[in-house]
Amino acid sequence: MFEVRVHGRGGQGVVTAAELLSVAAFQEGKYAQAFPTFGSERTGAPVTAFCRIADGPIRAREPIVEPDAVVVQDPTLLRQVDVFAGIGPDAYVLVNTARSFDELGLSQLAVRLRPDRLVAVPATELARTHLGRPLPNAALLGAFAALTGAVTLESVAGAIRRRFSGATGEGNVAAATAAFAAVEPDRSCAHA
Amino acid sequence: MASRPPVKFFQVGSFAAGNRLLPEQERTVQSDRDRSNALTKGHRACQGCGEALGARYVLDAAMRATQGRLVAANATGCLEVFSTPYPESSWRLPWLHSLFGNAPAVAAGMAAALRAKGRTDVRVIGQGGDGGTLDIGFGCLSGMFERGDDVLYVCYDNEAYMNTGVQRSGATPPGARTATTKPVGDEPGAAFGQGKSAPLIAMAHEIPYVATATVAELHDLEAKVERAMSFRGARYLHVLVPCPLGWGARSADTIRIARLAKETGLFPVFEAEGGEVVAVSKLRHPVPVEEYLRLQRRFAHLFGDPPRTDVIERLQALADRNIRRFGLVEEVAA
Amino acid sequence: MRDQLEGSLGIARTVARCRPEVVSAYPISPQTHIVEALSDMVRTGELAPCEFMLVESEFAAMSAAIGASAVGARAYTATASQGLLYMAEALYNASGLGLPVVMTLANRAIGAPINIWNDHSDAMSQRDSGWIQLYAESNQAAIDLHVQAFALAEELSLPVMVCVDGFVLTHAVEPLDVPEQEDVDAFLPPYEPRQVLDPEDPVTIGAMVGPEAFTEVRYLAHAKQMQALDLVPEVASRFTQAFGRSSGGLLRRYRTEGAETVVVALGSVLGTIEDVVDGLRANGERVGALGITCFRPFPLEEVRAALAEARRVVVVERAFAVGIGGIVGQNVRLALDGLPPVVHDVVAGLGGRAVTRRSLESLVADVRAGRLEPGRLHFLDLDTRLVERELQRLQERRRSGPHAENILRDVGAVAARPY
Repeated sequence: MFEVRVHGRGGQGVVTAAELLSVAAFQEGKYAQAFPTFGSERTGAPVTAFCRIADGPIRAREPIVEPDAVVVQDPTLLRQVDVFAGIGPDAYVLVNTARSFDELGLSQLAVRLRPDRLVAVPATELARTHLGRPLPNAALLGAFAALTGAVTLESVAGAIRRRFSGATGEGNVAAATAAFAAVEPDRSCAHA
Repeated sequence: MASRPPVKFFQVGSFAAGNRLLPEQERTVQSDRDRSNALTKGHRACQGCGEALGARYVLDAAMRATQGRLVAANATGCLEVFSTPYPESSWRLPWLHSLFGNAPAVAAGMAAALRAKGRTDVRVIGQGGDGGTLDIGFGCLSGMFERGDDVLYVCYDNEAYMNTGVQRSGATPPGARTATTKPVGDEPGAAFGQGKSAPLIAMAHEIPYVATATVAELHDLEAKVERAMSFRGARYLHVLVPCPLGWGARSADTIRIARLAKETGLFPVFEAEGGEVVAVSKLRHPVPVEEYLRLQRRFAHLFGDPPRTDVIERLQALADRNIRRFGLVEEVAA
Repeated sequence: MRDQLEGSLGIARTVARCRPEVVSAYPISPQTHIVEALSDMVRTGELAPCEFMLVESEFAAMSAAIGASAVGARAYTATASQGLLYMAEALYNASGLGLPVVMTLANRAIGAPINIWNDHSDAMSQRDSGWIQLYAESNQAAIDLHVQAFALAEELSLPVMVCVDGFVLTHAVEPLDVPEQEDVDAFLPPYEPRQVLDPEDPVTIGAMVGPEAFTEVRYLAHAKQMQALDLVPEVASRFTQAFGRSSGGLLRRYRTEGAETVVVALGSVLGTIEDVVDGLRANGERVGALGITCFRPFPLEEVRAALAEARRVVVVERAFAVGIGGIVGQNVRLALDGLPPVVHDVVAGLGGRAVTRRSLESLVADVRAGRLEPGRLHFLDLDTRLVERELQRLQERRRSGPHAENILRDVGAVAARPY
C-alpha cells in the first residue's frame, strides 16, 4: 500500500487533489481510497487529505500516520502544522514553493531523507501560467506522478479531465504536465 | 373578489344557515342537503364550539370547490381530539393527524407527493388552531408560504391553547384572562404589546391569497374558501372561532360573539392577494368594544369593582386602529 | 457501474435509482453532498418524477416525508446529529403511524459541545424510536443497504434509517458499484401502501388512542421489528441473488471461527478492525471480529450464537450511555446472558477521534493480558491528564469556567500536529 498525505489550506483544492489522485489510481486498475479531515471553517484553515493506493481492496478507515509521501500545497503551514509527522527515511516529500528547502528552513529534513525524493515545485506559479489561477493542486499531482511514479501523468490527466471540463480541464492538465516536466525533464516527452 | 353584498335575514330574525328564498346559486353549501359533511356528526366538541362549526363550513365548501378531491393534514388540538375519539372518526375525507407543530409541513409533503404522482387534481388543506399555527407550527408555516407549496392552510383561531386548558398563545388578545395570564393585581390579563397577526405575516410572504373570516358570516366564509381554491400555491385563511368554554361565554352566543368581534373592529375581516389588501368587510356601524367584552367571562375582570376602564380604552384604541388601518368604515376609507 | 466515487454521491445515485417521489432535505454537515446531488438529479430530470422540497428545518423534512408517504409516495430524507434530534418527535410519529420512510443518517456526534465529526451518538439517541437501524461498514455496503432499506420499509410498513459514518464514509472517495436502474427496478417494485389518503376511499390516520388500546398498538410496533429479524436476512439474500454480492443481513462475522477474543463493532471502524485481526492472526493470535449490521431490531440470538464460543468479547462503540456505560455493550451482554464470555465495553472514536490500528492492537493486547477491568466502561485513548487537570480546576474554584474551553486551552489551539 502506498499512503499519501496532502496538506494545504481550505480553498486550495487539497481535498480535490487527493480525490483526483485516487481516480488516477483507479483508472490504472488499482484500488484507492481518498478522504479529508477538516473543520467547519471555509477558506484558509488547514486542511489535510489522504490517499491510499493498493493492489487490493482497502479496508482501513484511519488517518495516515506514516505516509509514504507528503505533499505540502502551502508552505505557510510549516509553522502551524506538523506536516512531516510520521515520515520515514524513504518518504517522498513534495513542497509547493519557488524557494529552496534551505530558505524554507527545511535543511534538517533534507538530511533525513533521500535527496532524490525531496522536491520543491513552484506549482502556484505554474498554475497561474497555465490555468490563470493560483490553484496548485493539479500541478502538484503532475509533479507527484513524476516524483513517485505511483500514478502516471496520463492517469492524472484523465482524472483531471473527468472532473473539469473545457478550458479549466485543459489548463489544469497543462499545469500538471509542466510540473511533471519540471521534476522529471527526461520524461517530459510523455503525452498527457 | 369574494365579497358580495351582504345577505340580510330580516324575515327570519335568527342566524339561519341558508334561505330558501335565495336563488339556488346563491345558497350556501351548508343549506345543501347533499353537502359532503366532511366533519360529520358524533364528534365530541363542546356545545357551541366555534371550531367545529368553522371546520365544517370550511371543509364542506372546500369539498364542493374540489368536487370531493381533497386531503387534509390536521395539527394536534381541539379539532383533532374531538373529531377522532378512539375508535371513532368524524372525518369523511382522507385525513392525517401527525404532530402539533408540523401540519403545514405535512400538508406541503402531501402536495409534493400528489404532484409527483401527477395528481394535482387532488387538493390539500392543512389546518390547525392558533397555537399549532402561530406558535409551535410557525416555522413550518412560514416555510410553506415561502416555498409556495400548493396548500390552503386554515387557522381556526380561538385565541388560546384550549385543548390543554386555556393557556395563552400568540393569538391571545390583550386583556384576556387565560390560565397563564390571570389578571392578578394590576395586570390586565394578557399583556399589551404581545401577540402577532398571522394574516399580516402571511401577507408579508406575498402568497397568492390571504383572508380572514368568522363563523358569523357563512356566505362570506364559504366564498373565501371557494376563492382560495381557485388559486394554486400557498394560501392562508384565518377564521375566528369563539370558544364558549375558554372565553367564558354562553354556548348560544358563539355566532353573536363572532359577529361582534368583527363589528367592533377588533377582528378585521378582509382579503389580500399577493400581499395587498383587495377587499374588506365594511362595518355597518362600529360597535363599542364593551358590548363584545361583556359577553365573555375572560374579560369579566375589566368590569369589576373598580372597573378597568383603562384597559377597555386601550382595547377600544386597538379596534379604532384596525378600523383606520383597514378602512373598515365607509367614511374613513384607508 | 463501477466507478471511483465519493460515498455521498454513490448513495445519492443509488437512492435516485430507488425512485423516490418526494425528497425533503435540510442541509447539515456531513450529509450535504447527498442532498445536493439529489437536488441536481431532480433539476436535470435524471430523477423524475420526484419533488425535491427545500424545507426549513429537519423537523419539517421528516414531517413532509410523513405527509408524502401518507399519500402513497415513496419518501426519503437525510440528516445527522442535531438534525436527527430536531426531528425526534417526527421520527416517533413516522414509526408509530407505520410509514415506510427511508432516511440516511450521516452519523455525527451530538453536542454540546458542538462537534461536526463522526460518532454514533445521534443514531444511538434514537435507537428506541421504532425505526429499523442498519449500519454500513463501507460505502459499498451503504449503497447496497439503501436499496434493501426501501424494500424492507415497504414490506414491513416501518421506517428505516441507514447509518453511514459522517465524513469517514460520506466524504471518502473509493471504488463503488452503483446498481443499474433496471436491476433496482426488478428488485424494488413501486410502492404499494398499506394505508393511503385517497379521496376515493377516505381513511382517518393518526387518531388518538387511549388506555384501552394503546398497549396493543405499541405491541404491534415491537412485533413488526421482531419480524424484521427474519426479513432483514431474507432481503439480503434476495439482494445477493439479484446483484451478485453479499451485503446487508443482521451480522457479519470475520474470522470468528475458533476465536478466543472477538471484537464487536458497528460501522466503518470494522474495516480497521479487520486489518487488526489479520495482523494478529498472522501472529497466531486467535482473534476475530463481529460486525453488527442490523442494530434495531437487535439480533439477540444471532449475536449469542456468534460469540458463545469466545473467551472474551470486546465491544468497541462510538457512543455511550452517560451515567451507566456502553450501549452496544449492554445489548451484547444481554445476548450473552448466562454464557461464559466476558464482555468489555470500550468507547472509542467519539466526536471524530480516529480509531487507529495501533490503539486497537494495544487494546486487544491489554484485554488478553487482563489489564482491562471488565465491569467498567473503558475510554480508548482518553487523555487522563487533561481530564485530571479539569477536575482539579473544579476543586479549586467555583467559577471554574466551561469544560470545553478549558480543555481546548490545555490542548492548545495551535498545536503543531499533522491534522
